[in-house]
Amino acid sequence: MKVLVPIKRVIDYNVKVRVKADNSDVDLTNTKMAINPFCEIAVEEAVRLKEAGTVTEIIVVSVGDKTCQEQLRTALALGADRAIQIETDESLDALNIAKLLQKVVEEEQPQLVILGKQSIDSDNNQTGQMLAALTGMSQGTFASEVVVDGDKVNVTREVDGGLQTLALTLPAVVTTDLRLNEPRYASLPNIMKAKRKPLDVKPAADFGINLTARTSLLKVTPPAERQAGIMVGSIDELIEKLKTEAKVIS
Amino acid sequence: MSILVYAEHDNTELKADTLKTVTAALKIGSDVHLLVAGANCQSVVEQAAKVTGVTKVLVADNAAYEHQLAENVSALVLELAADYDTIMATALTTGKNFVPRVAALLDVAQISDIIDVESADTFVRPIYAGNAIATVKSLDVKKVLTVRATAFDAADTDGSAEVVTLSNVTDAGISSHVKDELTVSARPDLGAASIVISGGRGMQNGENFKLLDGIADKLGAAIGASRAAVDAGFVPNDMQVGQTGKIVAPDLYIAVGISGAIQHLAGMKDSKVIVAINKDPEAPIFQVADYGLEADLFDALPELEAKL
Ligand SMILES: Cc1cc2nc3c(=O)[nH]c(=O)nc-3n(C[C@H](O)[C@H](O)[C@H](O)COP(=O)(O)OP(=O)(O)OC[C@H]3O[C@@H](n4cnc5c(N)ncnc54)[C@H](O)[C@@H]3O)c2cc1C
Repeated sequence: MKVLVPIKRVIDYNVKVRVKADNSDVDLTNTKMAINPFCEIAVEEAVRLKEAGTVTEIIVVSVGDKTCQEQLRTALALGADRAIQIETDESLDALNIAKLLQKVVEEEQPQLVILGKQSIDSDNNQTGQMLAALTGMSQGTFASEVVVDGDKVNVTREVDGGLQTLALTLPAVVTTDLRLNEPRYASLPNIMKAKRKPLDVKPAADFGINLTARTSLLKVTPPAERQAGIMVGSIDELIEKLKTEAKVIS
Repeated sequence: MSILVYAEHDNTELKADTLKTVTAALKIGSDVHLLVAGANCQSVVEQAAKVTGVTKVLVADNAAYEHQLAENVSALVLELAADYDTIMATALTTGKNFVPRVAALLDVAQISDIIDVESADTFVRPIYAGNAIATVKSLDVKKVLTVRATAFDAADTDGSAEVVTLSNVTDAGISSHVKDELTVSARPDLGAASIVISGGRGMQNGENFKLLDGIADKLGAAIGASRAAVDAGFVPNDMQVGQTGKIVAPDLYIAVGISGAIQHLAGMKDSKVIVAINKDPEAPIFQVADYGLEADLFDALPELEAKL
């Protein structure tokens, strides 16, 4: 079966973002960018399903400007077969992304869509669920285990109280959580091979979707700074401070 | 202006965080209704009817909603949506799971994880693991929101709302529940505890987490963990605090053997008082700590337990 893996280019997770002086947005100039960690887990899961013989073809797709081709190439180097860039310079709301992906699903007819549960920039946690709703596919979010079994997929989910397992009828949308797998590193020969794998560029404007923004970003500010604390020299001093100064224990 | 708030519950108990989401709703408008979708969830309905400020409790009590599967719950909410300007849920697993479906099918953008309400269409939310705070205006007629509970106070519980039983039943039939493996613990919920003590990779193994037990017992604290501790299998996933785990803001947060990566800080830096115990004086956790103790945790924890 075919699997579609939508991925996103985001700030590297080790980098602490800065807010622009005019508070219009965050400042990403000269910032190290990478594939969103949850998307990387999604690619890895697809590759493992292919290695297990369950999946025959892995298509990765990203919505963004030319720079996201770098992350598509990374995914190809990790084992995806071909890539689609839906080209736009706009930063789109999750709903518009989901609508574009819906079109790709209609065209490619994958049995499984695997994507990250959230991107570490906008922290929305929306796209997978929206795509499932729009396509009528079943949905398994926050997955820590994915087992394809005939025309069903069993998804174990990380929920607030522990774990929950659902049986989904295929086709299904699965969003990844951190414990699903540990992504591999791309080998040098695979990075070279990825350069020759197909990468289609399709302008977002050609999808026939009204992509008007539904939200407007009024301002972005830095979070409130915490007041500087102190180092204590002993457990006795710590307990004393917590009792008499902070008054959080008695 | 009517607002529908989805009640988060386990068919027995209304999650305390729902009371906070009601407070957020009351900042938007005054006609707030709670939806209880579940199976044999009468006790939840009784608790929901007492939430101050709620005028109506809608009840969909049916086997189709027992596990609150996203497909079924979103279909139910969609059927009710015409009567509401704003639809909200707490940003916990159930809400995060189904609310984007409601937004997509209503063809409106969702605003996730709000921490403040500026007006009926403008909301404040953290982005980039809380390293930036965005003010976002919704341009849609209907608003679909999830709420970060730690940012709001709990509503009181001396109300008496009207209870309305719904007959809607939707079973999409494309997903089914197989099993739950829930962590059983006598300790307070991470989200609800006023004191949290968390262990990180520095704890070295699951066995050593017992060093936190005695302290947690004495303080009535919940126990949390960093991602590294969960990934290494020391403790279960539901203990992870952070950007992509649980968000907590207790009166006291004690981080033990945790370095203070931005993803961890994102889940706890709004705690009132932060204590860090770490043997590395350069650990970034000390930059957000009110009280830092540079010490080996294997010495510090037994001493702390003994002296509390
Ligand atoms: C997409 C993504 C999402 C993530 N989400 C989360 C999240 O939600 N929550 C989260 O926590 N992390 C998250 N992380 C991981 C995060 O980046 C860090 O890797 C993680 O928080 C580190 O955990 P730690 O502090 O326990 O381990 P380490 O960084 O290894 O730190 C261990 C600390 O223990 C101290 N130590 C060791 N031995 C002792 C001792 N004997 N006595 C005292 N101190 C000792 C060390 O000095 C060190 O500071 C995420 C990462 C990614 C990429």
